[in-house]
Amino acid sequence: MALINYASREINSKIVFYGPGLGGKTTNIKYVYAKLNPSIKGRLISLATELDRTLFFDFLPVDLGTIKGFNTRFHLYTVPGQVFYNASRKLILKGVDGIVFVADSQIERFDENLESFDNLQENLKAHNLSLGKVPMVLQYNKRDLPNITSVEELQNILNPRNEYRYFEAVAPQGIGVFETLKEICKQVLKALA
Amino acid sequence: MQEGINIFEQDFWSINDAINRLLQGTHAKIVLLIDREGQMITSTGDTSRIDTSSFATLSAADFAATSQLASLIGEREFSTLFHQGEKENLYVSLVANRIILAVIFDNRTTLGLVRVKTRTTVAELEKTFRMLFSKVQQGAVARKEIDADFGRIAEKEIDRLFGG
Repeated sequence: MALINYASREINSKIVFYGPGLGGKTTNIKYVYAKLNPSIKGRLISLATELDRTLFFDFLPVDLGTIKGFNTRFHLYTVPGQVFYNASRKLILKGVDGIVFVADSQIERFDENLESFDNLQENLKAHNLSLGKVPMVLQYNKRDLPNITSVEELQNILNPRNEYRYFEAVAPQGIGVFETLKEICKQVLKALA
Repeated sequence: MQEGINIFEQDFWSINDAINRLLQGTHAKIVLLIDREGQMITSTGDTSRIDTSSFATLSAADFAATSQLASLIGEREFSTLFHQGEKENLYVSLVANRIILAVIFDNRTTLGLVRVKTRTTVAELEKTFRMLFSKVQQGAVARKEIDADFGRIAEKEIDRLFGG
């Protein structure tokens, strides 16, 4: 949960990018890092393997500036998507204020999306949280690839009651990246107010 | 669900006072207080040469990973960690199960002194934080300042910074 320091006038919130391995979570954060004004971003930390697969997490602090006297900051994290890193995923969800679920649109990754979505719910439960309690946005990534599941189908399976806002994305080109980030940031701050 | 941490003026100054005394009493270089979720609470000493946001996040990750290691060998928790470098060392303790106290020190002091003084500070901080947590649980926390108006201004700022 967000840390609100009334004495030093700071609010820090934690946003976690979740989803299957190689789905584009790190690419989202790297794009944000590349495009943001240096004055509002901190250092991008990646705890990755030699092959650039996320081992523990990526981390990027983003400073929103002073709002009503509070220095407001978002901490963006990604989780490692590979199935066997579940202990790390669970740890990173601790204290989460908002979730971006990055789904891989490719037909052959359909099952992995579902598995990861189920895994998210299980891991939230371990922190006494559930999807209804934490703001979440869906991102259907890799929309530029030829062999992809339709948005309707993805919606049917991940968002059948249309509870979450979703965005189509091509993360390496930045398509949908800031739209997703903007939405989750707004939802997180709305939940605080 | 665990409540977020809300820190108010009086508690903040008593926390700062405690870590300042620890810094002076140990001749350490920097003392930082971080919540277990990786967010910086406060710090003292010469923090200008370190990236405190990164430090906070990595300390929390370090502690989280080590806690899991502890549970794998049947321990509930490793309540302290020590990392030894060539010139600088890091001594980390857990406060009230939710806060990480990190002391960065060099050869101007000793691990023994840091350990003894930190133990006293941890006991002192535990009292403050337990009081602070119980205040939050009792709902005795006014959140008037974070209101709908805050939400509206924040939304505009998000649009401005992220394009929109």
